[in-house]
Amino acid sequence: MSDTPTLTTASAGRTPASPRLLGLRLPIAIFVLLALVPALATVLDDSFITLFVIRVMIFAIAAVSLDLILGYGALVSFGHAAFLGIGAYGIGILSAEGIYDGLVAIPVALVAAGLFALVTGAISLKTRGVYFIMITLAFAQMAYYTTTSLSAYGGDDGLTIWRRTEFFGTGPLDDRLTFFYVTFGCLLAVYLLCRMIVASRFGRVLTGAKQSEIRLRAIGIDPYPYRLVAYVIAAMICALAGVLLANQTEFVSPAYMGWHRSGELIVMVVLGGIGTLHGAIIGAAAYLLLESLLQDVTHHWQLIFGPFLVLVVLYGKGGLVRLITGVRAHG
Amino acid sequence: MMLFAVQLLNGLQLGVLLFLVAAGLTLVFGVMDFVNLAHGVQYMVGAYLAVLFTGLVGNFFLALLLAMAAALVIGLLLEVLIYRHLYERDHLDQVLATFGVILFLNEAVRVLFGSAPLSVAMPETLSGGVVLMNGLLYPVYRIALILVGLGVAVLLWVLVTRTRIGMLVRAGATNAQMVSALGINIRRLFMIVFGFGVMLAGFAGFLAAPILSVEPGMGDSLLILAFVVIVIGGIGSIRGAFFAAIIVGLVDTLGRTFMTDIAKLVMSPSTATDVGPAVASMLIYVLMAAVLFFRPTGLFPAKGQQA
Repeated sequence: MSDTPTLTTASAGRTPASPRLLGLRLPIAIFVLLALVPALATVLDDSFITLFVIRVMIFAIAAVSLDLILGYGALVSFGHAAFLGIGAYGIGILSAEGIYDGLVAIPVALVAAGLFALVTGAISLKTRGVYFIMITLAFAQMAYYTTTSLSAYGGDDGLTIWRRTEFFGTGPLDDRLTFFYVTFGCLLAVYLLCRMIVASRFGRVLTGAKQSEIRLRAIGIDPYPYRLVAYVIAAMICALAGVLLANQTEFVSPAYMGWHRSGELIVMVVLGGIGTLHGAIIGAAAYLLLESLLQDVTHHWQLIFGPFLVLVVLYGKGGLVRLITGVRAHG
Repeated sequence: MMLFAVQLLNGLQLGVLLFLVAAGLTLVFGVMDFVNLAHGVQYMVGAYLAVLFTGLVGNFFLALLLAMAAALVIGLLLEVLIYRHLYERDHLDQVLATFGVILFLNEAVRVLFGSAPLSVAMPETLSGGVVLMNGLLYPVYRIALILVGLGVAVLLWVLVTRTRIGMLVRAGATNAQMVSALGINIRRLFMIVFGFGVMLAGFAGFLAAPILSVEPGMGDSLLILAFVVIVIGGIGSIRGAFFAAIIVGLVDTLGRTFMTDIAKLVMSPSTATDVGPAVASMLIYVLMAAVLFFRPTGLFPAKGQQA
């Protein structure tokens, strides 16, 4: 990440502020850096950077939503990409039916994902541990196979979206810079929303249930409804990422909700630093950067990435966030 | 009626393959509480070893022996290098690390064998077909596959319920710590169970090679079906894995064949051809959800029961 050196030099030689302010510094730095990307792209005259960072921010939204349930609720969902896919298909199917109005399409996409999460979550959350992992995976596969057999909407081949989502009859998303700042705004809003959720009583119950379910029950709180609501919220946020993804690529396909994609989302969260929210943003950036760098080296980039992932799990506890903050503590 | 009979056999065949994969997986889950996503890759490895060794030695059965040995070596190598360090970790770490192993092995076979689907010749002795009833010809190999699978199931059942090592495995699935406290080398037990599971998955892959196309990622879809089987059957239970595998194999195969026709009974033919396949592919997941709803630990939970 390019922000690692900036951060260390900025904090070197200064007396550390209160932990609360220190905790805020990294997320602020991330968002300031992101906001400056279009300017950087203009200076370097490289439009690819803007497109790439839009993609990073879209996956960051999905990763943040996963971190909400994975990092704070300890719910290892291996089917999170299903919600990304449902959001994308919401836009895709409605556009195939000639509906491009964002005020209709976006709520429909989010509510569809929320309903799917409500039903599958209600069943999955009855189980624990290994069962939960396998069940979320299986439900995501169910969604995957359903879309592959939707022959009216492209089936296996996917669906091309001919027009991006419109608002009040105009198509603001056709402009790259507007698209960038819309995505940026979504990521910022999602991040702040998740921060608020985590800091609220609701969030404390969620983390409490992760630490000790028995103690929580002992003081009269049943964690099940809290987990279910968190699961639905995370799903709807992830569907928002799907909406943006469908608009960026102008294409939806079942591969969006394949189980590899769910795995990638978990990788992003863990790579960046689980249970920090802004770690998920760093993780998404790091993963996509690594992917494109390795793809330049070899077509068979997973040959390198697979063992790398194993090494990260075995030896790299805490992810990139700890690496960054750890460096700062020594400097 | 004839179509039904054929599909019944095809369903049984899928069930048997699923059982071979799920049996190892359920024991690894049950005894070690280890989420091994890479188990499906072992199935793929078995199929590719079939391609490799039938090409090298020519004889199908000799190739089978060599492939089993190689599958065991690959599995144990992974166990010693990676998995062993994960038993004490949480499920998230196990999921991620084994996900990395999947990415690596899928890509590795792509590099070594190419992306194109490969096939393996059937052994001479098992090629051809048998007439089942009123002129219905069914391949001998597929029947042999079903019989061998059922044979392995019986063998496993005897092994798990009638031998000392099976008793330890069952005890380990119920309470691994207690077994360890009673002086059993639990690490060695883990390794035996793991090696056995890997060989079963490889065996399934080898048997499937002559009838299915051998391609990178072929283990992934089967792995997820095996998950469904384990969830329905109950983690750690061989008996559960067997019945659930047969149920899932039959429901999936018959559903895919007949769902469109069933849908035509209640809706117009054109909608039915759209809805039928979609519903068919959802059937086993709906079944799983239903089982979980009524019996959250599966049909045959291992705890306090015969495996």
